[in-house]
Order: sequence, then structure tokens, then C-alpha cells
Amino acid sequence: MSATEPTMTRAPFLERMMRIDRRVIFILIGVALIFPLFFDITQKLPVSREVQMAADALEAVPDGALVLYSMDYDPPSAPELQPMAVTALKVGLRKKWRMVIIGLWPQGPQQANLALRSALADEEFKDVRLTEGVDYVNLGFQSGNEAVIQKMGSDIPSTFPRDYRGIPVGEIPIMRGIKNLGNFDFVVNVSSGYPGTREWVQFGVDRFGVRMISASTAVQTTEMFPYVGRQLAGLVGGMRGAAEFEQITSTPGRALKFMVGQSVAHVVVILFIVIGNVAYFATRKSRRDK
Amino acid sequence: MRREIPTFIALFVGVVCIVQFFIPHRPFGTLVDTFSDWFGILQAFAIWLGALNLLRVSTQRTLAKKSHDRWYGIVVILSFLLIAIIGLFFSGGRGFQLAGTRFDYLYVNVYTPLSSTMFAILAFFVASASYRAFRARSWEATLLLLAAFLVMLGRVPVGDTLTGFLPEGYRLSDVASWIMTYPQVAGQRAIMIGIALGVASASLRLILGLERSYLGGE
Amino acid sequence: MWMDHPGWVLFGTWVGALLTLGIMSFLYKDNPVYKFCEALFVGISAGYWFVSYFWSNLLPKLGDPLMQGDLLVLIPGVLGIMMLLRLVPSIGWISRWPLAFVVGFTAGLRLITYLQSNAMTQLQNSVQPVISYSATGAFQFWPSFNMLLVTLGTFAGLLYFFFSKEHKGAFGTISRIGTWFLMVTFGAAFGYTVMGRMSLLIGRIDFLLADWLHLIN
Repeated sequence: MSATEPTMTRAPFLERMMRIDRRVIFILIGVALIFPLFFDITQKLPVSREVQMAADALEAVPDGALVLYSMDYDPPSAPELQPMAVTALKVGLRKKWRMVIIGLWPQGPQQANLALRSALADEEFKDVRLTEGVDYVNLGFQSGNEAVIQKMGSDIPSTFPRDYRGIPVGEIPIMRGIKNLGNFDFVVNVSSGYPGTREWVQFGVDRFGVRMISASTAVQTTEMFPYVGRQLAGLVGGMRGAAEFEQITSTPGRALKFMVGQSVAHVVVILFIVIGNVAYFATRKSRRDK
Repeated sequence: MRREIPTFIALFVGVVCIVQFFIPHRPFGTLVDTFSDWFGILQAFAIWLGALNLLRVSTQRTLAKKSHDRWYGIVVILSFLLIAIIGLFFSGGRGFQLAGTRFDYLYVNVYTPLSSTMFAILAFFVASASYRAFRARSWEATLLLLAAFLVMLGRVPVGDTLTGFLPEGYRLSDVASWIMTYPQVAGQRAIMIGIALGVASASLRLILGLERSYLGGE
Repeated sequence: MWMDHPGWVLFGTWVGALLTLGIMSFLYKDNPVYKFCEALFVGISAGYWFVSYFWSNLLPKLGDPLMQGDLLVLIPGVLGIMMLLRLVPSIGWISRWPLAFVVGFTAGLRLITYLQSNAMTQLQNSVQPVISYSATGAFQFWPSFNMLLVTLGTFAGLLYFFFSKEHKGAFGTISRIGTWFLMVTFGAAFGYTVMGRMSLLIGRIDFLLADWLHLIN
């Protein structure tokens, strides 16, 4: 019995530490995320290889090029992806690309519209006057997942017979001369799952040879890493990727602002894991003895 | 006949799709283009099937006597009808998603907060689950924990602040980048190749009719 | 635009904020307000998809061609109606035809694309020269080490998934090393998942504090 006594005296506190009510954790996470938002701190971030590659790839696309934006995401992933979409569109506006927007998700084109409004609201573009159908077009959503990309490889006008407004593609000036994916100088894919980057790599890149970067949610980013290099010209992953992307393209926005909150949240989660482990190992002996 | 015709359809369509990868010309290329459109149309019908089935289930739930949650069934039906009627008849037709339509107003102010928050609250459960279940019980679990730690700290600015005394290239963000680019990619590739081989063999079985469980029982 | 009118903006923001709080109330415990919001979410989502697929797909891809006399689209149209017949149990079996089309089409496309993009190209990426030299011909340790790590890690990980042979001896050792790489992958995936989930929550909190309460910019 004597051997267990020191453990027993430690146990009540540590065992309580192992049974923290989940609502306490919820409150701490909430507080950890709320407070940093009141501080307008942006730190300079080291830019990771894959984001640098994405920025370089965009930079290499000539001014006035024809670029396809495939916006394959919905509102739940917007906090991560909307800043990336806004940044990618700002780069397009800056380089006067002719932008064709599509969505493999029904919500994608609507998110793209919101992103374009945000991009145009930036001070840098206050004098830019875009003409829909000439400088850019939103072709809207088409169902069929990867089948849409497959069909775009041979015939885009019949894949998207009308644009977002309901105007037939034949009457849209920017669409004149666009036959298939081969006509695009570059593709930007903003993706939060299926269909998204994987399908674009399989069909767009490996089948039809487009050059492309992906802006992905953090959850699917790890799965996209093996494509970087040979198949993806760059990868912007999660809020951190979005922040680096904003920094490197000199278009500071929401992602950079949110990084402080992200820091605090990660630290809180790590602290909870440490507490859980310390308590687990310290009380393991007493549990064994019981 | 109930099984033979579907098996033949799957075989025919599957073989055409495979052949057009190698012979992308007529008739295979054009056939697959046509099939792609048909596939999109069928996907739309499948979504409609799901929506109509939801309405049916919610109606049954609402009509069930003594059901405690019949009122929620009514909410499902009414909210479905609300956005469907507004989207189909009062949002400018084909331009239904344009900014300023009633459909877009519902999207921004009802659909977006509901769907976003539904996913956002998972953050709380991820935090709670990591505290409860993430234990360094074995060498493998410790490795997992360590990788998670380094990536989590290295991907936020505080990681570099903590290791600011180290020379550039050895700070936490560099460690996280190294993990992501090399060992992580190695593991991910192994998984990816494994899944690819699995998908290929499953596809072959489906096309050849060796796997017909999707047809259900007689 | 009418929805830019301050009254409508304010009303919409309040609706959005109350619905956000309604869903968040689940964190305390399951309650009628949450259930109402959940039911609203289900109904609105289903309706959203129903409408989107009608205007974006069924009308331009099925309705318009039919009006222009393209009778070929009758085939997917009929297959689609056969799919809807799943709602009628007595003749539900007829939905197997469109289902077989979907299965055959998906399997046919994926068979090649997965082999090409996710197997062959990944093998090509992994099997690279592992000894790296600089432009001046000097041996580079770290690039060589990293390349070797990826090659061996991928190989060891693949061996772990090879279940036709018992994991013993040298084979067992290599496959065990493979699990280490897999663990690092899962750990990194977990780290990124935490980042993703926290981002989404930050987005909602930002909406409440900035758009609704105007406490921050």
C-alpha cells in the first residue's frame, strides 16, 4: 500500500485534469478565438515552398492571358478559401487577365461573385471598370463532377451552354474562340473536396495538359502535397497558405488578420493535449494498482 | 432481365470510357462527351430524388401520431418549399444566383450562416476529442503526436516566435515545411498508390459485372 | 439593388446572427432552438440544390435541347425518370438501369485516371535519382537525404499495405518502418485538420463580432 500513497495524493488533481468538462474546453476555445480578433496584428510569415511556387507560377502567366478559375467550394469552407479566391482574382485584375469563372459546386459561382466584389472593393482597383462578358464571365455551375472537366477537354461551349446570367455562350465576346481547355493559359482551382483539385489533376492536368495551381482547404491539403511539382504548379493550403499567399502577392486581407487567432487556438489545443497526456501518464500507475 | 440489362449497360459504358483514353477520336471520344452530359443530367435527377425523398420522409414524420419531433418535419417541408418556390418563380429565372435576387438573399443570410456554423462548431469537438483521445500510448502514437505538434506549432506565427533564437532554416516553420514536403509526402504517396490500385481493381470488377452488389437483391 | 438597402442588410444580418447562435446553442446541449435551425438547414439546403440543378443543368442540358428538337436527350431524360421511380417501391428496380450507367461511367473514367495520376505518376515522382549534385558537381547531402527519405518511405509504406504475405522478418521490419511514415502523415493531417476547423470557427466569430455587433473592423 505504501508504494501507491504518493500517487494517491497526486491523483485527485490529476484525475480531475483527466475529466475536464467538455464545456470548459468549449469556452476556452471560444475565448481563445474571440480575443485575438480585437487586435490588428499582422506578422511577417516565412513563405513555404509550395505557396512560393504558386505565386511564381501566377507571375509567369503573361498580362492579358486567358485564365480559368474553377471555384469548387461552398460557404462552410469560405473562411479559408474566400481569402484565397479574392487574392487570386486580385492577381488576375492586376495582370488584366481575361477571366472565365466556373463552378463544379452549385455554390461556387455565387462565392466567386462575392469574391470578385471583395476584390473590386480594394483601393488598388477602385478605378477598374470590368465589363461582364468582355473582361470576365461567370459561366456558373454544371453538374457531373469530373465528367464536366472531361467534356471541357473537348468542347467548352456545349459544356456550359449559357453563362450565370442565362446568356448563350455564343453571344458572349470573351468566349469567342474558346473551344476547349487547351485555349486557357492557366487554371486556378479553389477547392474544398470532391469534385475539386484531385479531379482537376486527373483530368485537367494529366489528361489535357493544363497548367494549374490549387487553393485548398487545410483538411485536403495534405492529400494534395504529392501532386506538387510535376502535376501542380503550386499549392495554397489552409488559412496559413492563404495568409502567405496574401503576403507574397502584396494583397493583405482577412487570412493575414486571422493568423493571430489561429496561433492562439493551436496553442490552446496543444495545451489540452499536453494536460491530457500528463494526467494520463501520472495517473496510469494508480489505475493499474486499482 | 432485371440484372442482365444493367450489367450490360455498365459493361458497355465502362468499356467505351476506357477505350477513349487510348482512342480519343470518333466514335469513342464523341460518345464519352455525350455520356458526360447524360451523366450530369442523371446527377441532377439523383439530387432531385434525394430532395423528393426528404420531402416524403418529412411528410411521414409530420403525419406520424405521437411523434415528438413532427414540428421539425414541418419546418423542413416549409423551408424547402420556401426556397424552391422563390428560386424557381421569383428570382429572375436563369439568373437566379445573381447578386440581388431573392434566392441570393436567402443564400447569403440563411443558407450561409446555417451551413457555415454547422461545420464551424466541429472546431470545439476537435479540440475536445484531441484532449480526450490523443495519448502517446506507443512509439507509433508518439510519432503521430509529435508530427501533429510540430505541424500545428510550425504553421502558426507563434511557432517561429518561440524558436526565433535558432538560425533561419531550423525554426519551427521550417521543420513543419520539411515534415509536409518529405516524410508526409512519402506516407501520403503510399496511401495514394494503394487507393489507386484499389479503385482500379474495384472499377474493373464493376465493369466486368463481377461486382453487382449495387444492383441489390432481386 | 434592393438587397443593398440598409434595412434589408440589417434584417439579413440579424437573421444570420440568430441562426448562427441557434446552431451554436448545441454546444451547451441539444435543444429545440438548435433542432429548429437544423431542420431549417436541411430544408433550405435540399431546396437550394433542387433549384440549382434545375436552372443550371436540367433546363439547359435537357429542356433546351428538347425544345430545339434534339431527341437524343430523351435517353438521359427517360433514365432520369427511371431513377425517380425509386420512390415507388413496387417498380423501384427500374432505377437499376440509370444506376448501372452511372456506375459504368464512373468506373470507366476512374480506372485509367487513378492508375495514371495517383499510381504511375506518383511512382515516377518517387523513383528519382537519390544522389543530388550541385551545379558545380559537389555532392549535396540534404537534398540527397530528403529524396532518399521519400523513396524509401513510399516503398516501406506500400509494403505495409501488402497483406498477401505475413509481416515477419525483414519484410515485417520494413513494413513497420512504413507505419512510421504513415503515422507522420496522419499527424500532419491532424495538425492541418485542427487548422482547418479553427479557421471555420474564426470565420463565424468574425461574422458575429464584425458584421453583426460591429465591435471590430
